[in-house]
Amino acid sequence: MTVLDIATTVDARGLSCPMPIVRTALAVKSLQPGALVEVLATDPGSQRDFVAWCRSTGHALVGQTADGPVYRFLIRRK
Amino acid sequence: MDEPLNLMLFSGTDDKLQAAAVLTAGAAALGRPVNVFLQYWALDAFRKGHIERDHGLAPEAGAEGREHVDHLRKAGQIGWADVLRQAKDLGPVDIQACSLSMDLLGIDESELDPLVDGVEGVTAFYLNAGDGHMVFI
Repeated sequence: MTVLDIATTVDARGLSCPMPIVRTALAVKSLQPGALVEVLATDPGSQRDFVAWCRSTGHALVGQTADGPVYRFLIRRK
Repeated sequence: MDEPLNLMLFSGTDDKLQAAAVLTAGAAALGRPVNVFLQYWALDAFRKGHIERDHGLAPEAGAEGREHVDHLRKAGQIGWADVLRQAKDLGPVDIQACSLSMDLLGIDESELDPLVDGVEGVTAFYLNAGDGHMVFI
């Protein structure tokens, strides 16, 4: 098992659109390039939103999983 | 997507202001500048002390719509004013009051919530809008 070097976790569980993205964008701003961010969200729209947001901003969506109602995203800051 | 997103807000009900705040925050998260122009009843909602009030819903919401909105709120939905505040932390979100609507409501700039950055006319709004999308809510 690989130990991931997660710089910060954004807990957006229970938050509705667009707050998971807003919270993540705010968190990413304060990190160094290359830092890894973990996001936990329950908003079903977040699955497509994080793909679109990463594509548009240039950050890398390196992982996307679902554990029941909780979606987990791993994003590497550009 | 460097062109700004331009929102003309006319309606002052909480559902429409919530929709406007979501569009604003989404664009700001993508690094896109947002210009918001407040007219009529939307401007009234941005007066000092008015923001936290219940502004009702659009007529089409009906009783059932009211229930859905209340349910979301109880589940912890962030209100439109807080969404706008956080959008401002993300990037350039400029909220301007329409000078004509200021006259209509008989209010002074000092009576506006700090979320509002200034007062301008429609010509200045169009100038800043450039070739960006224009949305009327």
